[in-house]
Amino acid sequence: MKKEFYNIANLVTKNAKILDVGCGNGELMKYITENISEDIRGIELSKSNVQKCVEKGLTVIEGDAEKDLRQFPDNSFDFVILSQTLQAFLDPENVLNELLRVGKKAIVSIPNFGHWKVRLHLLLKGTMPVTENLPNEWYNTPNLHMCTIKDFENYCKQRNIKINLKNLKFQNLFSELGIFILEK
Amino acid sequence: MSEKDKIKTLLVKKPLKLDCGQTISDFPLAYETYGKLNDKKDNAILVFHALTGDQFASGTNPITKKDGWWNYALGPGKAIDTDKFFVIAANVIGGCMGSFGPSDINPKTKKPYGTNFPVITINDMVNAQYNLLEYFKIEKLFCVIGGSMGGMQVLQFVSNFPNKAHTAIPIACTASHSAQNIALNELGRQSIMADRNWQDGFYEEQNKQPDKGLAVARMAAHITYLSKAGLQEKFGRKLQERDDLKFSFDADFQIESYLRYQGSVFVDRFDANSYLYITRAMDYFDLIKKFGGNLSKAFEKSNTKFFIISFTSDWLYPTSENREIVIALNAIGKDVGFVEIASDKGHDSFLLDVPDFLNTVRNFLNKSYEKI
Repeated sequence: MKKEFYNIANLVTKNAKILDVGCGNGELMKYITENISEDIRGIELSKSNVQKCVEKGLTVIEGDAEKDLRQFPDNSFDFVILSQTLQAFLDPENVLNELLRVGKKAIVSIPNFGHWKVRLHLLLKGTMPVTENLPNEWYNTPNLHMCTIKDFENYCKQRNIKINLKNLKFQNLFSELGIFILEK
Repeated sequence: MSEKDKIKTLLVKKPLKLDCGQTISDFPLAYETYGKLNDKKDNAILVFHALTGDQFASGTNPITKKDGWWNYALGPGKAIDTDKFFVIAANVIGGCMGSFGPSDINPKTKKPYGTNFPVITINDMVNAQYNLLEYFKIEKLFCVIGGSMGGMQVLQFVSNFPNKAHTAIPIACTASHSAQNIALNELGRQSIMADRNWQDGFYEEQNKQPDKGLAVARMAAHITYLSKAGLQEKFGRKLQERDDLKFSFDADFQIESYLRYQGSVFVDRFDANSYLYITRAMDYFDLIKKFGGNLSKAFEKSNTKFFIISFTSDWLYPTSENREIVIALNAIGKDVGFVEIASDKGHDSFLLDVPDFLNTVRNFLNKSYEKI
């Protein structure tokens, strides 16, 4: 399992009620189910990934986070997880609002466009950065709204969203991923 | 062995008050079982059939000699594995495969009920079948499952008996029968009634059968079970055993011949009045209205784990209507999974060899059974 998933799993509490938005093939959900909390379900857009979740015995709803978070009442989950998909939504602002409405806390991870490799790539090569975490070319990337850790922090501050952050300056340069716990 | 001996029947002695106000008792409920009930009695699955189905879901139907209607999904080693699960399937009341229906003899008149048979509802069907749990002394079913009208019965069952099933799989169905589908059912009913032989529903006592009307009803309905893409792929404009158009009203096209065949074989196994009664039950189904416009209330008391399945090309019970059930369950924090299976086979997908669908059912059942 990806290191990111261990980090995210460490942030949720025992037996918490959890929603994994864009849960993929259910790898993270499976780990959390077996180790931390069985009260977890996922939303996933891809039909083949939904099948993989069902194979694992996970509760999954085929759906689109941009439309289908609406059906959940306010504060119906202790944690809502969104791993590396925020930048791919048409309207990430709406999705963030929905995450914070549906969940008491939201765990959000983003690929950091401020990482030094990204900066260096653009500076030296003059082409759109392609890295391990950002493997696509400009013409086929699903990422519509790239941001840096610093951008994301500024965004949350402006909207009075509580965000856990330490040593931001260096993280923005040296972290390929930002993982945050957000609260209203 | 006579035909009737091949049908297992539970005589339900307990009075059942129907939604129409009448009470029935001492009525037959025909059923079939597959697999073995284990000692813990925790492996029972109740399967609900659709409009023209019956209790013979698997193997060979001993009456029609055709494959059971859910042969792809149900049987030893199949998605609903009868080596593992004990499956019960009953013929709905109003039906024509041994359960109390309009072709039964009315003891008062000594003639078939015909249209004097009471109008029944999905609720009545489910309440009648609940007697099977008592008969088999099953405290809690592992699963209730069904497609189309069978799915409606699943929803009604969980609503009526909130803690009598660990899991529920409503497939390709709705919580409230749509205007489009009422219209299509009415088309079928009017076709039967327009057949002279229908005789206001008392055709049996006159030794007549409204076969033509029933065949047309089936032909029209059959189109609704398929999809445009599926029809185009399977038939296109292919001609039936001829090289060119005949400039007549013969079945020039394969699709015409196919529909005529479907109509003709249907009348051999189905009763016209049953068709009227069962389609009426579907039309009356509105679980949303029953709970004051809030479908969530139908499931408030239940602890059943739901898994809802729809199909991309199903325009009769489209994904949007299946999703409404998902939304209602999520709104009250119930355990619900949902998938829309990609298939161009239309509404009929649940009856056919659609591997993604069958695997989904298999995985959900097996994984859920591990947890009970």
